[in-house]
Amino acid sequence: MPDVDVVVVGAGPAGSAAALVLARAGMDVLLVERGPFPGAKNMYGGVVYGRILDTLIPRWWEQAPIQRWVTRRATMITTPTQALTVDYRSAAWGAPPYNGATAYRPDFDAWLAGVAVEAGATLVCSTVVTGLLRQGGRVVGVSTDRPDGDISARLVVACDGVNSFLAKEAGLYGHASPDHYTLGIKETLALPRHLIDERFGLRDLDGADFEILGCTGGVPGGGFLYTNLDTLGVGVVLSLPALAAQQARPEAILADMKSHPAIAPLVEGAELKEYSAHLIPSGGLDMVPELAGDGLLVAGDAAALCLAAGIWLEGVNFAIGSGAAAGRSAVDALRAGDTTAAGLASYRRRLEATFVLADHTKLRGAHRLVFSDRTQVRYPQLVCDIVEGMFRVDNPQPKPGLRRIARREIRRSGVRLRDLARDARDGWKAFG
Amino acid sequence: MTEPTVDFEDRMATVEFQVAPEAHITVDGDACRGCTTKACVVACPARLFVPTSDGGILFNYEQCFECGTCYLVCNTEGAITWRYPEGGHGVVFRRS
Repeated sequence: MPDVDVVVVGAGPAGSAAALVLARAGMDVLLVERGPFPGAKNMYGGVVYGRILDTLIPRWWEQAPIQRWVTRRATMITTPTQALTVDYRSAAWGAPPYNGATAYRPDFDAWLAGVAVEAGATLVCSTVVTGLLRQGGRVVGVSTDRPDGDISARLVVACDGVNSFLAKEAGLYGHASPDHYTLGIKETLALPRHLIDERFGLRDLDGADFEILGCTGGVPGGGFLYTNLDTLGVGVVLSLPALAAQQARPEAILADMKSHPAIAPLVEGAELKEYSAHLIPSGGLDMVPELAGDGLLVAGDAAALCLAAGIWLEGVNFAIGSGAAAGRSAVDALRAGDTTAAGLASYRRRLEATFVLADHTKLRGAHRLVFSDRTQVRYPQLVCDIVEGMFRVDNPQPKPGLRRIARREIRRSGVRLRDLARDARDGWKAFG
Repeated sequence: MTEPTVDFEDRMATVEFQVAPEAHITVDGDACRGCTTKACVVACPARLFVPTSDGGILFNYEQCFECGTCYLVCNTEGAITWRYPEGGHGVVFRRS
């Protein structure tokens, strides 16, 4: 007899969602976390999109440890001296069921793991899963760094994060290319709550989330800035190979962004409370591995199920969505007595039927467009120059009109019309 | 480029580390001496890798974010071996 029905590796949002679904179905679940508590190893770009929790934890917003509800969502297109901001506010996002929330991951992840424990899962922290136990190619458990730490199980769900040594060990990934990863670094900056409210125009638990393009010194990526109750999260996401090739220091790129004239007044005087860094799987669908093996499922960042496509930066929701789907398919497979890859095939179908793989399918290739030199440097310059032409008053010259400004600025930017047309078409295909 | 206003050591001092007794990173010094790019030196967000005068790499593991950047940017298969620190050890984020 195996020790447990299921070992879930990693108590991040994917692992806890999987463990929650399994425990509720009466399965004997062991949730293993390498940190001293769930969330200790996790950081992110700031927003949890919680609607995926609606069915898992009804009225989750009454108990989740949230900092602020995002009611102001801005996208900033910058050059070193210019900024064009699309600034959207919605009062509806400040009331249930809400849209996005800011939270500290050590709080949020520990809360979600706690919900799984209440449902009957057993959480073991401070334990590293060091490998898979196999029997004739089939996964039959895990080894850990505890003395006599082998645990046999009918099924293993690997939610062991972006580096997923388990998915790699199982051969579910091809070669891991650095092109598919971005490095996220972040500063958590303390600022009195009333100053945050004043600077960002917020009240009560309203929060702001800014995503920033053109601020990463030519290294493909983007920036973010969001509000907690009495801290700000400010960071950059950077293409890994470009970072290495351009000999640029990540914290210096972030310092540059923070000194931008449109951003500096927002972060001025805030004191560094915590510096953090994490990798992000950013290759989209091209990077998603095989999702099931004999006795094994993979979910969350471990399966590269994270959306880093320009104006959308989402991960926690994809982790919860894939973890819960893995849990449901695991329950079905365990009840049917078939946990082979074929018996677990409903997992992929579940993901395809929901946003998890549907969004990735729609946005396949979007990361290439977003990370291109044109999108990163030339288009921000072009757009800002066109807007500057619109709003600059050059009296005694008469107003030139948008068409003339656009023609002039496109010519000046050196962007070829052919490329512009192709990018517009690709962009429309992905985002339209 | 703008120099960050916070000194790097002070920056790292804001992060909690429960340092494990044993290193979770190992570096193959011979492979590093033959390496021309030394991508780990620029890309590691914690600046754990420092080039030495003889062309090698000096590293410390104590203040590692456990992100995985170093082994992914390394251009020599196996020059950097990286695994997770012992359970309960390593970086502990509090407000990230």
